[in-house]
Amino acid sequence: MAYLNIVFDEVYKILFLLIPVLVSVAMIVWLDRRVWAFVQKRQGPNVVGPFGLLQSLADALKYIFKEIIIPASSNKIIFILAPIITMTLALIAWAVIPFGENQALANINVGILYIFAVSSLGVYGIIMGGWASNSKYPFLGAIRSAAQMVSYEVSIGIIIINVLLCVGSLNLSDIVMAQQNMWFIIPLFPMFVIFFISALAETNRPPFDLPEAEAELVAGYQTEYSGMMYAMFWLGEYANILLMCALGSILFLGGWLSPIDLYPFNLIPGVFWLIFKILLLFILFALVKAVVPRYRYDQLMRLGWKIFLPLSLTYVVLTASYLFYFNLLPVI
Amino acid sequence: MIAHAIFFYVFSIIAVISAIMVTVSKNTVHSVFFLILDFISISCLFIMIGAEFLGMIMLIVYVGAVAVLFLFVVMMLNVAQQKNQWFNSKENSGHIPIGLIISTIIFFELIIVIGGWKFKPELSDSSANQITNEISNTHSLGQVLYTDYVHVFQISGMILLIAMIGAIVLTFRQRAGVKTQSYLKQISRERSEGIEVLEVPSNKGVKIDD
Repeated sequence: MAYLNIVFDEVYKILFLLIPVLVSVAMIVWLDRRVWAFVQKRQGPNVVGPFGLLQSLADALKYIFKEIIIPASSNKIIFILAPIITMTLALIAWAVIPFGENQALANINVGILYIFAVSSLGVYGIIMGGWASNSKYPFLGAIRSAAQMVSYEVSIGIIIINVLLCVGSLNLSDIVMAQQNMWFIIPLFPMFVIFFISALAETNRPPFDLPEAEAELVAGYQTEYSGMMYAMFWLGEYANILLMCALGSILFLGGWLSPIDLYPFNLIPGVFWLIFKILLLFILFALVKAVVPRYRYDQLMRLGWKIFLPLSLTYVVLTASYLFYFNLLPVI
Repeated sequence: MIAHAIFFYVFSIIAVISAIMVTVSKNTVHSVFFLILDFISISCLFIMIGAEFLGMIMLIVYVGAVAVLFLFVVMMLNVAQQKNQWFNSKENSGHIPIGLIISTIIFFELIIVIGGWKFKPELSDSSANQITNEISNTHSLGQVLYTDYVHVFQISGMILLIAMIGAIVLTFRQRAGVKTQSYLKQISRERSEGIEVLEVPSNKGVKIDD
């Protein structure tokens, strides 16, 4: 019985985390489309519910009742596994995100490595989907995305090293608490910019959405998918984008800490500050989608390997030397 | 402890079965997927014995990078079809006995090496870092990696660098007549040199491409 109690307790906690994440993913799709429309002087989805808020719900209903078509020549097991893996990986990474002091589902020692590992596994959903479809466009999209995600992971990893040098711990709560005096966006501003652009590439967002470039590859790795399986790819993608926004706000924008440590702002719970920062970063993501044209593939690779990698490596050396020279290295 | 034991057996059974499936499965892409499953269950075992840093690094390096490149190459080459043709054709199967002899020799070498393996008697005493709960294993790894084992660490880095340079040298070839795009040229193009506005006289036209 003791075991059962533990299991029920954990399930309750997990549901309390997952349901808000899934609902906010649906809301964020609506927000994305509204911001996109706003930039292009359109209305965007504004019919279903107040301000069109329930548009994603209507879309989800439509996807559920559509038929799932599995191509005859596809590798069926891997074809079905691909969207499941994408969505699962996008959701399990949320386990370590701290929403306040001691408010994480799993406050593990190597939280940042866990997020990095899970986001680097995300490429498998895309490769499996692209390969199992057994069709030209999905395969090309999968190959593009594999190369792209592996390249940009390298620069994200080195940017994370920059932050870790200033913190001295791999725990996400420690990273946030180290920013009490000054958010890392101030000393590490160039790294924040590179992190933001790499996060765009890592989540296959425009202007780096070459794996699903509709002008060349129809829909890339999603071409052969339909119904709920397509919707799962879609949900996983947006959950990943939200996760990258959360990671950005934890690493650089002080996580749940309030911007000013004064009386009226102190009273607001940390969760609201974190959500506010995630939304801010997401609106930036959406704006980039609306205003920047798509990159060519060789330009994308050049940006990742020849510009971001040397820049972030140089900044690691700079940060380490600065901290060492002024004796500011974190004491363990 | 029962839950711990159950998880240990689940992960190790998955690891062993998927390791067998890597060699048994006919489709090469499937065997890479089983290899990935193997890596993941091994890293779960690492995490279970408290080596969380090793487990995560295992996931990041092997599953996140190395296996992606494996998959990439295997998918592009379409090895599965080639292998079947290769085994079916008569003149190629002459290599099989030689391959068998070499693999038997390697197998016995491995048995000799592992069978003759002896731990240093003072191994458990000489380890400088005792396992405590006060310091996380990432910190204790860092404390020995750059002090006691700095030379080994640097040499392994050099070996990886040499392997990387070697791979680049082996595959790099310069071909003549390849059209490449110069970014500086593309960015610094001006309107004045890009287009020209001409007054076209009627019934005569203009000559372009001169």
